[in-house]
Amino acid sequence: MRKQHRHVLGWAAAALVVGALALVAAGCGSSGSKSGGGSGTTSAASSLPSSIGKGEGKLSLVAWEGYTQPQWVKPFEQQTGCKVTSKYAGSSDEMVTLIRQGGSQYDMVSASGDASLRLIRGHDVQPMNPKLIPDYENFIGALKSPPHNTVDGVHYGISLQWGPNTLLYNTQKVTPAPASWSSIYDPKYKGQITVPDNPIQIADAALYLSKAKPSLGIADPYELTQPQFDAAVKLMKQQRPLLKKYWALASDEIDLFKNGDAVIGASWPYQTNTLKADKVPVTDLIPKEGATGWADTWMLTSKSKHPNCAYLWTKWVSTAKVQAQQAIYFGETPANTKACPIMDQLSPGSCEQYHANAPASYFKSIKFWKTPSADCGNGKNDCVDYTKWQQAWTEIKG
Amino acid sequence: MAAQADEAGRSTRAARRRLSTTFWRRPWLRGVSLLGPPAGIFLAVYIAAIGVLFVSAFWTLDPFTGEIVHRWGLGNFRTLWNDHTYWRIAGRTIGLAAAVTATDVLIAFPFAYFMARMASPRLRTLLFVLVLLPLWSSYLARIYAWRLILANDGALNWGLGGLGLPHQHIAYTNWAVWVVFSYVWLPFMILPIYASLERIPDSYLEASGDLGARRWTTFRRVILPLALPGVVAGSIFTFSLTLGDYITPILVGNTQFIGNVVYRDVLGLTYNLPFAAAFATIPLAVMGVYLVLARRAGAFEAL
Repeated sequence: MRKQHRHVLGWAAAALVVGALALVAAGCGSSGSKSGGGSGTTSAASSLPSSIGKGEGKLSLVAWEGYTQPQWVKPFEQQTGCKVTSKYAGSSDEMVTLIRQGGSQYDMVSASGDASLRLIRGHDVQPMNPKLIPDYENFIGALKSPPHNTVDGVHYGISLQWGPNTLLYNTQKVTPAPASWSSIYDPKYKGQITVPDNPIQIADAALYLSKAKPSLGIADPYELTQPQFDAAVKLMKQQRPLLKKYWALASDEIDLFKNGDAVIGASWPYQTNTLKADKVPVTDLIPKEGATGWADTWMLTSKSKHPNCAYLWTKWVSTAKVQAQQAIYFGETPANTKACPIMDQLSPGSCEQYHANAPASYFKSIKFWKTPSADCGNGKNDCVDYTKWQQAWTEIKG
Repeated sequence: MAAQADEAGRSTRAARRRLSTTFWRRPWLRGVSLLGPPAGIFLAVYIAAIGVLFVSAFWTLDPFTGEIVHRWGLGNFRTLWNDHTYWRIAGRTIGLAAAVTATDVLIAFPFAYFMARMASPRLRTLLFVLVLLPLWSSYLARIYAWRLILANDGALNWGLGGLGLPHQHIAYTNWAVWVVFSYVWLPFMILPIYASLERIPDSYLEASGDLGARRWTTFRRVILPLALPGVVAGSIFTFSLTLGDYITPILVGNTQFIGNVVYRDVLGLTYNLPFAAAFATIPLAVMGVYLVLARRAGAFEAL
């Protein structure tokens, strides 16, 4: 018995030594690759292509689920010979993580506004030439050079689709119909509310406070000074005990509404579409305070090995037909203004339903996701940056 | 090795004989060739990974570029120490792991006792199948099934309604997490307890009876001490599995456990691997202490 134990100790000691050696090797490996990557980034940023060359045969994408449907991927592969592989990400944070860790593994990412600036600042993506995308001319004005993908006049990617985060509710259980975001902070619906499990949700609280408590002086829900931020976090902490669940996946929220666990919550149009198709009595609206929303951009990673295929893909998804297909599939609004008639052909009334013909004022009413940073344009550098948002989110969830 | 293969081409039988002679003459060679590959993989993949994990807990993340900076410091541990949120999360996780373990012991012990000492051989086989059957289906499918059972319009409320009882509202609460964890880890508690109970010779119980002990005394002073290693062995499974799981709380709960925070830091939020590593050392340390105590209780002899 005693001897056996000594043997075990010997093994353990050997294991520790080997482990330590492996560790040193791993440390060397990773630091080596990091420095190599840094130099590649700077050289890639300096030159823009003036024409699209022949496709490299492959294209690897990081995308939102529903953005790379066979409906429009198959014809693209046939036309260009670029074989598409896609990896779905569930949140902007996950997208950033995948791109940062992926190196040259991925060519493009369908980043929302709260991921795009982080990718640009981290030199994870490279500039693109919009002149190579013919349909760029047909984009709504606000999405040609939006601040979330164009920095100092340099385009880091081409806009794709956009949409609002809506207030979803069960029409039978919630009466009278809500008109304000206040209902998701209302104890009346205790235990029946659901909101996204995402730090950017703090902006929704800030948006509501900007109208409910004008004395705070919130102008932009992503540019919050410490007192404004604290007020939003406090509101979310008060909301916490009222919640049934923070939903992480769209399918989570769909389940909650289907099973009667939630009757009201913050949502995307996609969930409303799916629930309505399942005959669940729900509807959604943009409350009187306005809404936050997303505007997505196809971005080219700085280490991409298949830039020609990437440009061909961007060109393809910008065409009116693909824009219309994707808009209807996901329930969002295309950037290409020529998509509206095709949407109505594919599904009558869908152009209006998804606001593809809405006036510019509708676009302006949506506060699009963007990455909060300390420098919020007032020259004082006193805004709360996204790291703090993430920390606060852990605190809010408790 | 290459030489042996070459020879094998010419005369397989001779080579085979020589090989077995070598192994017979040198018993240690047998041990090395059998244990070597799995032990090597274990060292390279598991121990080394834990080593890297522990070391990276002392690194930091550059908030601007999101890259890991190899600069040593206790910053991550300081954040953990100073922020009440993480204390609460760690406390909740350890508390839940203990609760799940206690629940499983209470359910598993009578069950295993019946299986080992009272059931007929045929019934015992049937019970074995019933215990193991859930393990053949996907873990995720079982958790999703619980989601449907506990949901507001789910099977449980439907049944309660039929009996005229009030509805429960435990879906997406810590109670739900506790119920589901207790369910999914139950087989891991039943099997070791069964193994330890089955090993108790009948003669011990007869001897105890002959010496005048009543049933309860026999149970308390003979069966229980002999079954304890099995209980502790089972508790290692239920405790450590609960400590590290993050999927169940995501699906049926609405609060954070250590695993959820680590998951968010690894994939999802910040890619703050150093911080995730620092937080992950807590369950590692807790399990270390637990295993030392379990060894004292003789749990490893029961495995």
